[in-house]
Amino acid sequence: MGGKGAFSSLLLLPAWVFLGVFFFFPLARIFAYAFDSRLLRDPRAWELLRKVFGFTVYQAALSTLLTLLVALPLAFLLARYAFLGKSLWRTIVNIPFLLPVLVVAAGFNAFLGERGWVNLGLMRLLGLAAPPLRFSGTLAAILLAHVFYNTTLLVRILSYTLEHLDPRLEQTARLLGADGPRLFWYVTLPLLWPALLAGSSLVFLFDFTSFGVILLLGGAKFSTLEVEIYVQGVYMLNLPLAAFLSVAQLICTAGIGYLYAFLLRRAAVPLSPRAAVSNLRFPRRWYERLFLSLMLFLLIVLFLLPMLSVPLRSVLRLEAARGERGEVRYGFTLDYYEELFTNRRASIMYVPPLQAMRNSLVFALLTILFSLALGIPAAVALRHASLPARLSDGLFLLPLGVSAVTLGLGFILVFGRAVASPLLVPFAHTLIALPLVIRTLQPALASLPLRLHQAAQVLGASPWRAWWAVEWPILWRAVLTAAMFAFTVSVGEFGATLLIARPEYPTLPLAIYRFLSQPGGLNYGQAMAMTTILMLFTGLGLLLVERLQGGESRF
Amino acid sequence: MRRILFLLVFFALLAISACGPRPATTPIAPPAVSPTASPLPAEPTATSEPQPVTLTVMTHDSFAASEDVIKAFESANNVKLVFLPSGDTGAALNKAILSKEAPLADVFYGVDNTFLSRALEADLFEPYRSPLLDAIPPEFQLDPQHRVTPVDYGDVCINYDKAYFAEKNLPVPQTLEDLTRPDYKGLLVVENPATSSPGLAFLLATVAHFGDPGYLDFWRALKANDVVIVPDWETAYYTNFSASSGKGPQPMVVSYGSSPPAEVIFAEKPLEEAPTASLIGPDMCFRQIEFVGILKGTKQRELAQKFVDFMLSPTFQEDMPLQMFVFPVNPQAKLPDAFVQYAQIPQQPARLDPAQIAANREKWIQAWTDLMLK
Repeated sequence: MGGKGAFSSLLLLPAWVFLGVFFFFPLARIFAYAFDSRLLRDPRAWELLRKVFGFTVYQAALSTLLTLLVALPLAFLLARYAFLGKSLWRTIVNIPFLLPVLVVAAGFNAFLGERGWVNLGLMRLLGLAAPPLRFSGTLAAILLAHVFYNTTLLVRILSYTLEHLDPRLEQTARLLGADGPRLFWYVTLPLLWPALLAGSSLVFLFDFTSFGVILLLGGAKFSTLEVEIYVQGVYMLNLPLAAFLSVAQLICTAGIGYLYAFLLRRAAVPLSPRAAVSNLRFPRRWYERLFLSLMLFLLIVLFLLPMLSVPLRSVLRLEAARGERGEVRYGFTLDYYEELFTNRRASIMYVPPLQAMRNSLVFALLTILFSLALGIPAAVALRHASLPARLSDGLFLLPLGVSAVTLGLGFILVFGRAVASPLLVPFAHTLIALPLVIRTLQPALASLPLRLHQAAQVLGASPWRAWWAVEWPILWRAVLTAAMFAFTVSVGEFGATLLIARPEYPTLPLAIYRFLSQPGGLNYGQAMAMTTILMLFTGLGLLLVERLQGGESRF
Repeated sequence: MRRILFLLVFFALLAISACGPRPATTPIAPPAVSPTASPLPAEPTATSEPQPVTLTVMTHDSFAASEDVIKAFESANNVKLVFLPSGDTGAALNKAILSKEAPLADVFYGVDNTFLSRALEADLFEPYRSPLLDAIPPEFQLDPQHRVTPVDYGDVCINYDKAYFAEKNLPVPQTLEDLTRPDYKGLLVVENPATSSPGLAFLLATVAHFGDPGYLDFWRALKANDVVIVPDWETAYYTNFSASSGKGPQPMVVSYGSSPPAEVIFAEKPLEEAPTASLIGPDMCFRQIEFVGILKGTKQRELAQKFVDFMLSPTFQEDMPLQMFVFPVNPQAKLPDAFVQYAQIPQQPARLDPAQIAANREKWIQAWTDLMLK
């Protein structure tokens, strides 16, 4: 096995080289530049860290738990039942992950805010003078937005595993007399552990390093490590303190990564995953139908309505009824879309929507390419418990745990003028997509029994042939899921603007942001129109993937 | 299996077709007049003229200019201008400071008076006194050594919803002190100075007016009067402000003196009158002045000087208001009609010495945070 371990370590090399150049080196440079060891003895720095850290962990744990509560039944529904419009629902679950935070905040506010539809409706219904629900600036808003964003991740990873569980295990348990809850607790749940761990660790990390949601929906009162790093680095111009907090955040991220890896190694059960989904059924019994209705209701309230407020606002004009405050009248309009195509001010910074779309698409495809090319070999190598693999496991998550501000400054130090090169964009996106890609592939690979591969080899297949004929047919769906994540990360990514300057290749989120940062109804409407285009464009892409995935199982 | 192959090929073709026609050297957003027109290769077929040199200008994300104005400068000087938007003012300045040894650009535009001392301390700029500076009022020339040159200014003011005050028959506040009166309870939304540049500017206005630590008493009174605090301008304006598209609950917002004309120019339907106006009482607005400087280590010193001169020239100065919603420092520049009609210029804006801001910025923000967010 010694040679094998060495070979698998070799597979880790591309990912390591990539992370070395685009992550560890820039980070080392910025820390060397900004880190001030006197801060380690400064009680005020520690006091700040303690305070911010406490809230960061608290909200991340709570958010992860809630996401789990929503995602687990949803994954179950999507993996086990066939029902009308399923791929459409699946796409709806997938879209939130790529929406810019500015827009999500606007969506939630239009829906739940003080002058949102829910509050206006309740006021009219109950004859209240003031809006009964307070939304923005509350912990609830943060939690809700986190659930909204990260359910995508967890549902994807969980439903993949659920779809591929060997149905015979559950059938046997049923024959042996296990009822629903016992079946779930003793059979399904243990089988689901690796995926649950992988998914939750990712969700926890995303919540842990949450930036936009905390800043925009949590209001001024809440601060996480990531927000504090931004404030210290950009507004207080206190780079040493920002660096100090960044190190703390990185240590936490690595810790979470290793904890996850440790738990995964104990929990992984080699199974005989099925290549095709054979255990779909229609909801027939009353409780199955009730379950379906409840879940669809949840989908509508939690995902569809907040999302719909954006396209709705992009075709509705609020009547400029000055003087009639309170009563807002609506009118249908396509002006915002038409306006997108005209460069009204003949500005040199104008972004034609088609060009932004094309840029986004090209960057996304390159990101998929890079992150799969690096991620698949790395995930395969991580199966083996060699020392390099063990070491890599936690470190591969680190890019999720670094503040864009800190890394961006490191990029400047390392790349100098090249920081404006458009090629750096897909690289920066790959940095964020890679941990997701690896974590998506890992549980799929972990449940793949080595026996199958060995059997193929005994029968005379070369390692490559064995891989192609045995493992690939089982794995390709996981690869497709990983590719989808890479796609969404790249298309929706906005934080990387802090990493690099890219004057000539603006993407969709960047164009949206440009509109939102100026006053005037037309600008706001155009931002909504552009977001609608982003949603449609990615929604169609995801639907395509969905077709592809479902295609082979449906005959 | 065949499906995936097909899809891969499809995407690959798409990617190739999307990358293909663009010349790799187009340094600025291509002039796509209509989205269907294929981007023209921007390289002039220069056989007689020498290849244009590149001048890189590092800016904040809000930079904008008219295409023909930029083109005019480019062809007059046989130069290619590359703009590098590098985040908001603080982030862009940080990047310029970090890259001092190997500068990313030749010119840096966008450092304002709240960040000025920091930039001068970092020794980023080469002194240059533009001949056009003679026409610029001395109040804008904050650096006697001319390491930076003023380009534009703007006032951070409270905007109010004209309809709201008319309908309630409520007089608008005339002074900062007025804001603490019970009449205006819960009517004002401000941005957190730790995460927003207009928020910081407004905090500085209160420091300038009430002094340190007097400004904290004012904020204590504002807090008791239910002032609403949000993290950024976008939220304040589009979610909380009642006269914007968000139709929010507060009729007063900390924004810019140029927002009322913007509301008219970017109205959904043509408006006769601006729906908002600014409160321009004494010390109620804070004046932000933006500067340009030639970065040390540039190899294009002469061109950089020409660009600085160009930024002060009426051509560029008259273009700025509608592109960036700021005011020209050159009094010879004519303002667009909407600005003349709807933008109010405060007679007595609050002012603070940049050195004083640099020395106390962190302390003031921290004290404000401890008071307001606890």
